[in-house]
Amino acid sequence: MEGMFSNLYAFDWSRDNPWLQGARVLLLVVPLLMLVPGLIWWERRLLSWMQDRYGPNRVGPFGLLQTICDGVKLFFKEDITPIAVDKGIYFVAPAIALFPAFALGATMPWGPTDGNLVYRLLTPVADVPIGILYMMAVSSLGVYGIVLGGYASNNKYSLLGGLRSSAQLISYELAMGVSLACIVLATGSLRMSDMVISQQGPLWGISGAPIQNWFFFTPYGFLAGCIFLICMIAETNRAPFDLPEAENELIAGYHTEYSSMKFAVYFMGEYAAMFVFSGIFAAVFLGGWNPLPIRWDAIGMAGIDHIFRLLAPLCFLGKMAGGLSVYIWLRATLPRLRYDQLMNLGWKSLLPLAAMNLIGVASWEYIRAVYGPTSALIPVVAAFVILILVMGIYLALTTRKRTTELTSRTVTMVDPSPKRTVELVEPAEVTS
Amino acid sequence: MDHPAVQAATTYNGEYTALLMLIALAAIICGAMVTLSYVLGPKKITPYKQSPYECGVAPLGDAKERFPIKFYLVAIVFILFDIEVVFLWGWFTAFQKYGTPFLVFSFWEFIVYMLTFIVGYAYVIRVGAINWDETITLEPSAERTEPQSARPLERSAAGAGGAH
Repeated sequence: MEGMFSNLYAFDWSRDNPWLQGARVLLLVVPLLMLVPGLIWWERRLLSWMQDRYGPNRVGPFGLLQTICDGVKLFFKEDITPIAVDKGIYFVAPAIALFPAFALGATMPWGPTDGNLVYRLLTPVADVPIGILYMMAVSSLGVYGIVLGGYASNNKYSLLGGLRSSAQLISYELAMGVSLACIVLATGSLRMSDMVISQQGPLWGISGAPIQNWFFFTPYGFLAGCIFLICMIAETNRAPFDLPEAENELIAGYHTEYSSMKFAVYFMGEYAAMFVFSGIFAAVFLGGWNPLPIRWDAIGMAGIDHIFRLLAPLCFLGKMAGGLSVYIWLRATLPRLRYDQLMNLGWKSLLPLAAMNLIGVASWEYIRAVYGPTSALIPVVAAFVILILVMGIYLALTTRKRTTELTSRTVTMVDPSPKRTVELVEPAEVTS
Repeated sequence: MDHPAVQAATTYNGEYTALLMLIALAAIICGAMVTLSYVLGPKKITPYKQSPYECGVAPLGDAKERFPIKFYLVAIVFILFDIEVVFLWGWFTAFQKYGTPFLVFSFWEFIVYMLTFIVGYAYVIRVGAINWDETITLEPSAERTEPQSARPLERSAAGAGGAH
């Protein structure tokens, strides 16, 4: 294919061609810009259905243009700059919050990078050998936008929101990094396209297995995937981790003082980051663009694989849409955490779990390399037994604590009731 | 793990140029969004609009005040643990690439390294550096009081008893 086209058009069909580089960048940024209004519409619609109401359905077909109209309106609203703010930082902060959402997707492959299809020239934007590290570094830039926005606003609510948010993002970033480290350890590469390719191998490295080795199907990958899922919800400040903008205690948190499009830019950043994070989750844990975890070559149906390769971007978009719907579903289902619960979950549950998982992956790979692939099952069984024992002890300890709490609560709850009965009895005596 | 097709198509210069292009485009979009709203919207300034919004009450003093030390502590602990993991990233990629002797040796070294991680973590938890329960303070005098969960319970029980 390469030879044919270079003869016809004398066009440089390599990834280094600046035109193709530009195309790669546009193929990431333009869909992201176009899909963010769609996502906001989808969130409002899905939430409405879950709460048994209609949601936006007036502007355009099915209300699809609602968000775009809102955006246009916001552009022409007054941009109030309060007198007490730190002008420069106040102005730049929303842009810093939006920036990582766009830059984050640079290393995310949305199509097959192996084989000879055109997708390998178009995705990912930069197939750099530091893919995951780049993603971690850029995603942590988002903290600055929020902290600086909260600090520059010179408003107590904004400051508290910004501080809370910084502590939250930092805490969950740690567990997220360690959970991704598990996958890097299993793959042996930081490049995200390598992660997708290694997931096309046989399950658990058992040769001849007809199922693909999606990391979500491996015991360590499942744990790491669950931790990553929780952390990515916390990193994008979504419910149930939306404490930075807890409206019942902090008005709107770090963006209290922002109006007009600057306010909307924070939201855009949040939604674009949701997109990219669900894409990364799909690429790292759910087999990337592969629609089904079946090795078509192993069962002699390579033709189906070719069709799926052609449809790869659609499959990837489908997985992203699934991830985004989970985001919205969680928002509709779970109540917001308290701040100490949030911190305890991040530091006392997710971080030790992820660290233990890291040791588990290392042992898994160690045993597989030294004693052969099937003997890796032994530590899995051992780990399950240990995990169940630890969980049992933990639950036994915590449930005992809980019962004492409940008894003390019943004591305080009994307290006002005698008063009420006395009040009710007295008028009855008067009438008689 | 590297697929030959990917290897052949990838040179560092080309990849990083595309990365810079993306970063530049992202910066332009972000800057444009913020500037456009500033330029397009009407400007009708009144003193009330310009004051910080604190639930409609006249703002009391400057917001840049002292804030709880716990936030700072969390940041320090984060840096410690994050760097501890960052040291490992290079090893993750090398682990399976240099033969069995390296794998065996580096695995046990990794276990020892993780033990230092666990010791540090246990210390941080014990000291209560990430304890956000409001009934506990980091003051040295707080050490002689009872464990955190017992205190509010006793108080509420005593209050209930007094009412009776």
